[in-house]
Amino acid sequence: MNLLLPAPLLIPLLCATLSLLGRRAVGVQRFLAVAGCSLNLVVSACLLYVVDNDGIQVMQSGSWPAPFGISLVVDRLSAIMLVLSGLMGAAVAVFSLAAMDRHRPKFGFYFFYHTLLMGVNGSFLTGDLFNLYVWFEVMLMSSFALMSLGSERAQLEGGIKYVALNVLSTAFFLAALGVLYGMTGTLNMAHLATIVRSAGNQGMLTTVSLLFMVAFGIKSAAFPLFFWLPASYHTPPTPVSAIFAGLLTKVGVYALIRLFTLVFVTDAAFTHLILLVGAGLTMLTGVLGAAAQTEMRRILSFHIVSQVGYMIMGLGLLTPLALAGSVFYIVHHVIVKTNLFLVAGVIAFRTGTNELIALGGFVRTMPWLALFFLIPAMSLAGLPPLSGFFAKLMLIVASFREFSWVVAITALVVGFLTLYSMTKIWNEVFWKPMPPASGEAMAKVPWSVRDRVCLFGPIMALALCTVLIGICAEPLFGLSERAAGQLLNPDEYIRAVLAGAVRP
Amino acid sequence: MGSLILRKATRYLFPVIMMFSIYLLLRGHNEPGGGFVGGLAAASAFILNQLAFDVPSTKRLMNVDSLTLIGTGLLIALGSSVFTMLDGQPYFSSHWATLRITSDWQLLIGTPLIFDIGVYLVVLGVTLAILLSISNFRKSPS
Repeated sequence: MNLLLPAPLLIPLLCATLSLLGRRAVGVQRFLAVAGCSLNLVVSACLLYVVDNDGIQVMQSGSWPAPFGISLVVDRLSAIMLVLSGLMGAAVAVFSLAAMDRHRPKFGFYFFYHTLLMGVNGSFLTGDLFNLYVWFEVMLMSSFALMSLGSERAQLEGGIKYVALNVLSTAFFLAALGVLYGMTGTLNMAHLATIVRSAGNQGMLTTVSLLFMVAFGIKSAAFPLFFWLPASYHTPPTPVSAIFAGLLTKVGVYALIRLFTLVFVTDAAFTHLILLVGAGLTMLTGVLGAAAQTEMRRILSFHIVSQVGYMIMGLGLLTPLALAGSVFYIVHHVIVKTNLFLVAGVIAFRTGTNELIALGGFVRTMPWLALFFLIPAMSLAGLPPLSGFFAKLMLIVASFREFSWVVAITALVVGFLTLYSMTKIWNEVFWKPMPPASGEAMAKVPWSVRDRVCLFGPIMALALCTVLIGICAEPLFGLSERAAGQLLNPDEYIRAVLAGAVRP
Repeated sequence: MGSLILRKATRYLFPVIMMFSIYLLLRGHNEPGGGFVGGLAAASAFILNQLAFDVPSTKRLMNVDSLTLIGTGLLIALGSSVFTMLDGQPYFSSHWATLRITSDWQLLIGTPLIFDIGVYLVVLGVTLAILLSISNFRKSPS
C-alpha cells in the first residue's frame, strides 16, 4: 500500500524525467510513454481494488500528521478517476506512436504528456485544497505547453483563448482559497469538513463556495464560461486534444463533486440548486452550439460541454442514485469521448482534415472505422444497450424521483439533439460519397501495418469498454453506487484522514 | 554590452556568487535559504556572465545543457523522496545520518538536503533555459 498510493504520481514523474534526459532519442521516449502509462493503469487498477475492498486509503506525505502536512487520500471516486486517467493515458500513448509527428517529441511532447498525467493524478489523489491548486497548476502548465507545441497559427490562436480563461479561473481559485483559509485556518479537506459545520459565518461560507464554483465551473467548461473549450480543443494534434477531451474537464468536475459533497453541504438547498440550473443550461448550450458546427472535432468539443452538464446534474440533485449516475456518467463519458476524438484523429491522419465538407465515403473505404465510430457515437447519444444509455437512465430516473421535471426533460431533449449531431457526422463523414480531392489526399498518405495497429488498437479497446459497460452494467453500477455512498457519508473520509494522522 | 568594467568585475564576482549560492543551499535547512533561492543565485551568476560577455561563452561556462540540468535535478529530488519509502514510511519522510568528523565536530546529513540539491539544479536549469533562449531569440533575426 505504501508504495502503491503515491505511485500514480511517481511513475509519470520518473517517465517525464527520463524523457527529458533522453530528449534526442524519440524511440526511448515512445517506449517510456507506453510502458509508463500501462504501468500506471495497472497500479491504478490495483488501487481501485484495494480501496473498494479495504476502504479509504490515506498517506501523510513526509510523515507530517493530517491538518499540517499534505494528505494523499484515495476513496472510491478518486480510485475510479485514477483508473480512467491510467486507461486514457495508455490508450492515447499507443495512439500517439503513429499519430504524432517526429519533431514534436524532440521538443518535449512526451515530457509534457507525463507531467500532464501527473497533474491529473495528483488532483485526484490529494486531500488538501491548496495542494489541489498546485496540481491544477502542474496540469495547466503542461497543457499550455502541449496546446502550443509546434507553434502552428491555429494552435497559438486557440492557445491564447485557452490560457486566458484558465488563468482567470486559477485566479478565482486562489482568491477563494485565501478567503477560506482566512475563515477556517485550514485547507485540509477533511479538517475543513469538520470545521465548516460549526463555522459561525455561514453566509460568508456560501459566498466562498460560489467562488469555488466559478473557478471549477470554468475548468470543467460549464455554462456560462465554457467558450474557451470549443475555441481551442480542435487546434492541437489529435493525441493532445484526445487526452484533453478525456481528462481535463473531468478534473474540474471531480473537484466540484469533491468539494460540494465533502465541504460545502451546509447550504445545499441554495448551492446545489445553482449547480442544477447551471447543469441544465450547460447541457442545452453545448448541444445547440454543436448543431451549428461543421468541423468534426469542434462538434465533439461542444458535446464535451453538453456532457459536463449531465455530470454536474447528478451533483446538483445530490441523491444517492443521482451521484452514482454522475460517477457512472464520468466513466462512460471519458471513454467514449476520447474514443470519438481518436476516430477523428484517424480520419485526420488519412486525409489531413476534419472539415465535414471535405470528407465522405468512409463507410466504403474504412468500414471498420465506421463501426468503431458508430459504437461510441450511439453510446454518447444514449442508445441502449451501450454505456451512455444506463448513464442517462440513472440520472433521469433520479431527477424524476426528485420531481425535477425541467432538468429531466432537458436531459432527454439534449439526448435527442446529441443523436442529431452524431447523425450529422455519420452522414457527412461516412455516408455521402467522398469528394475527389480528399480521395487523392488519402491515396498519397502511407498507411502501414504499424500505423493500423497503433491507431486501431486503442480505438478497439475503448469501444470494447463501451460495449462491455453497456452489456454488463451491473458491476460498474454497483461500484458507482458504493462510490456515491462514500461521498454522501463524509464521516468515513474524515475519520480516515484525521485518525490515521496520529502516528506514534 | 561592451563595458570593460563589467567584464572585469564579472570575473571576480562569478565565483563569489556561486559560493554564496552554495552557502544559501546548505544554510537552507534551519535558516532562510535553501535549494530554490540558491539555484536562483547561481542562475544570476550565469546571467551576469551572459550580460558581460555573450550567450555562447555562458554556454561553454555551464558545460552542460540546461535541460539535462533540470532532468538530473528532478531525478535527485525524486530519488530522495522515494528512498525513504523502502523501509515502509510515507514518501518525503526525512532520514538523517550523523557524520562524525572529530569528537565535537559532527555533520548532520539528511534526505531534505538531497532534495534541496535537486531543487537547486532544477531552478538553475529552468532559469537558464528560459533566459538563454530569450536572449538567443533577440539576436537571431538580425
